[in-house]
Amino acid sequence: MLVKFNVNGDTVEVDVEPRVSLADCLRDVLHLTGTHLGCEHGVCGACTVIIDGEAVRSCLTLAVQADGATIVTVEGLSNDNALTPLQAAFRKHHALQCGFCTPGMITTAHALLTEEPDADAERVRDVLSGNICRCTGYVPIVEAVLEARAAYANPDKADAS
Amino acid sequence: MTSGMKRGNALIGQPIERVEDLRFLRGRGTFVADVNREGQLHAVIYRSPVAHGLLRSVDAQAALNLPGVHAVITAQDFGADVPVIPLRLQPLPELVPFRQPMLAHDKVRYVGEPIAIIVADTAAIAEDALDLIDADIDALPPITDRAGAELGDVLLFDEHGSNSAIEWNAVRGDAEAAFASADYTRRETFKVQRHAALFMEPRGFVAEWNANEEKLTVWGVAKVAFANRTILADTMALSENQIDMVEVDVGGGFGSRGEFYPEDFLIPFAARHLNRPVKWIEDRREHLLAANHARELECDVEIAATKDGKIIGLRGQSWANIGAYVRTNGSIAPRNAAQFMSGAYAIENIQLTTTSITTNKTPTGTYRGPGRFEGDFVRERLIDLAAKDLGIDPVEMRRRNLVSSDQMPYPLATMTPFESVTELDSGDNHALFDQCLAEFDWSEKVKLQGKLIDGRYHGVSIGCFIEGGAAGPSENARIVLELDGSYTVYLGSAAVGQGIQTIMAQIAGDALEVPFDRVRVLHGSTSHVKSGFGSFHSRSTVMGGSAIVLTAEALKDKIRDAVAPTLGCTPTEVTLDGGNASGPSGGVVSIMEVIGEPIEAEAAFLNKKYTYAYGSVAAHVAVDPKTGQVDVLEIGSTKDVGRMINPLTLNGQSVGSIVQGLGGALLEHLVYDKEGQLLTGTLADYLLPTAGDFPNIHSTVVELKPSPLNPLGAKGAGEGEIIPIGGIIANAVAAALVDFNVEPLELPLSPPNVWRLIETAQKT
Repeated sequence: MLVKFNVNGDTVEVDVEPRVSLADCLRDVLHLTGTHLGCEHGVCGACTVIIDGEAVRSCLTLAVQADGATIVTVEGLSNDNALTPLQAAFRKHHALQCGFCTPGMITTAHALLTEEPDADAERVRDVLSGNICRCTGYVPIVEAVLEARAAYANPDKADAS
Repeated sequence: MTSGMKRGNALIGQPIERVEDLRFLRGRGTFVADVNREGQLHAVIYRSPVAHGLLRSVDAQAALNLPGVHAVITAQDFGADVPVIPLRLQPLPELVPFRQPMLAHDKVRYVGEPIAIIVADTAAIAEDALDLIDADIDALPPITDRAGAELGDVLLFDEHGSNSAIEWNAVRGDAEAAFASADYTRRETFKVQRHAALFMEPRGFVAEWNANEEKLTVWGVAKVAFANRTILADTMALSENQIDMVEVDVGGGFGSRGEFYPEDFLIPFAARHLNRPVKWIEDRREHLLAANHARELECDVEIAATKDGKIIGLRGQSWANIGAYVRTNGSIAPRNAAQFMSGAYAIENIQLTTTSITTNKTPTGTYRGPGRFEGDFVRERLIDLAAKDLGIDPVEMRRRNLVSSDQMPYPLATMTPFESVTELDSGDNHALFDQCLAEFDWSEKVKLQGKLIDGRYHGVSIGCFIEGGAAGPSENARIVLELDGSYTVYLGSAAVGQGIQTIMAQIAGDALEVPFDRVRVLHGSTSHVKSGFGSFHSRSTVMGGSAIVLTAEALKDKIRDAVAPTLGCTPTEVTLDGGNASGPSGGVVSIMEVIGEPIEAEAAFLNKKYTYAYGSVAAHVAVDPKTGQVDVLEIGSTKDVGRMINPLTLNGQSVGSIVQGLGGALLEHLVYDKEGQLLTGTLADYLLPTAGDFPNIHSTVVELKPSPLNPLGAKGAGEGEIIPIGGIIANAVAAALVDFNVEPLELPLSPPNVWRLIETAQKT
């Protein structure tokens, strides 16, 4: 089936089997391998992407469901110049070790802070509890997300300059 | 300290932000699932659906008829001798009968055991073909627990005659005499549940056979690339120099990832068989069935003490449920549970035996703190039980029994078979214990002991641990001074998420006396150095880091030799400063202008003795008696690592390790039914800690007593705080529920289990 959507600012058209997940489409067809697959049944959150502003499990979404949507993956939250304030906060707080869950953490936190730049620690923990990290114990991840709030309160600063 | 470190701590000891993060944070890492080769095919594994049975035949015709399927490989394709997974560590002849074949051929012994491999154009077609495989299996009664195994009416290995594989013995002093003369003894039985490392990136490989050059390349190796290359060469009848093992980014290890599994052979075999690149990526259910399980142990252990609380003996029997086979490192946890049960405490008389019992479950291997988590659970519980019986404060009881600095070096119990002697050295248990108590504000928190506040009972506990590290025999480094004046460090150590690219660049920068950004670290792959031993037993920083220090010295000597004639002096008179060299008369030359080509040195650091890090961990919990829910309000830890390379990453190891331990203490459980079917086969059933569970974790790491065993003075620090967590959480729960006289002897302390303990206690 032909599916057309916008990903990270580019409009793309792909021809996929109806059974292909959005995650597999992003990774295998569009070569956006930053989106990771940790469980393929919607529990671990590593595959989280932002569809029309909402954090969504791309392993539980069919590619054909994304027709007409605007998708942002972890690659779309980055640029070549510098880390974004959210990414820099992750680095400063050592909020990643093996790095496998990190793309899902970044996309989830970005979607949260975009909507709720004043989210408190409890809210951050609640939202991130849908993403599994086996390395860090989450403490530094929560610290990083809380620190990044300031940049989202002033949206001009949420992108890297 | 060697002269290589003379410039001091310009980089070592600094909380330098990680190099690795720049790619991971932007989705630019390369994990094995991101590796693709031109013309690659995709493999899936057909696994046994039953726990125990005779494998009569495998009918693959329908699968082969499916368009897009290229091959279905069964054990018959291997000829008369089906290759087996060898024993990497402690290769005792007693364990040889229990090695796992790469594919089942006469018998299946656990649900998930590989029977066939299907290779197709896409992973989806290969998965479709899975349903078309017909394996004829005569089911046998499955053995899932110790009681069933000991009956002996059903055997996993008929020719062995018993389901017990081997006994491990830890002996020190004269336990019999100590127990005969003891004022006090107490004997209890304990259980630690089966759980697993559960790293986040599923395993996977891409293998490519170059028929013209007769060379095999394998992407996806981790932890022990060189050892696995040796195994692969032996099992595929190749020489080691025909194989390149390539390490790409690795999404967590914790002991389990990187050991040689059947797939480590099957995917390269399929690639050569079909002369096409073959890719296989594990799915999560497969992971839960196929990757090493860990920890399942029953213990019947007795403690002996004097009336004033001096522990004089520890004796008993443990049974490790090791699953269906002994894989590469299947001996480690059972033997560790015996040798390290005494931990940081001076217990003069020990007689502990662990029996490794085979059952129809997934084989077991090491998981962070193997055998130590289990043994510490038993010991820390027994200390609190004894303290309570003797009317001694549990803090004071520990203080009276910790190995003191004066007693070091303090030999632990000697292990047989595969005789092993090891000793605790260069530490100060008492100082760390007191620091942990102070930082945790013990004297205030202990006032809450057993108190009911807003519907929850509060309890605090503290325990102590030792962390062995720096397993030998050696590690290799090679350092190249490049034409542009930068240094490339090649290392046998492997990355499993711990940040060695950054840590090793810190060590190399100081050793070479150059800035951080002049050093690039490449590690893990077999092409980098002559040999390597990888990352396990908290060894990378100590072994790989020390290899870098020695190699940097060797390289600097070479450079001095090369520039001395130009400077008109002897090599020992040459002073190196970044890219320049100077002589005693004041002449300065650019090293690269004199040498004109890259120059390199390779060296190995050899080590026979283990380093020991020491520490204490304190916990504060609140227990809801109506639900059995245990809330961890706070954990505080203190650990001495001798020398810190990077405090940022080091504390990350500590906090992460604590939370993993809390998973094992409270949540995680691989549950089997009586048929040997895994009931917790998804991440929705197998509970891992999540962000809301344990918000209040604090770790302190100090440099108290440098290790005398290596030029860095460093001790292994990757496992550490997980080790005592089961014991201290159980002790805190017991302290909280003191009014109910609840004494937890089994993990996990999940709500239903704690609720049942309270119900049972109330009825008696």
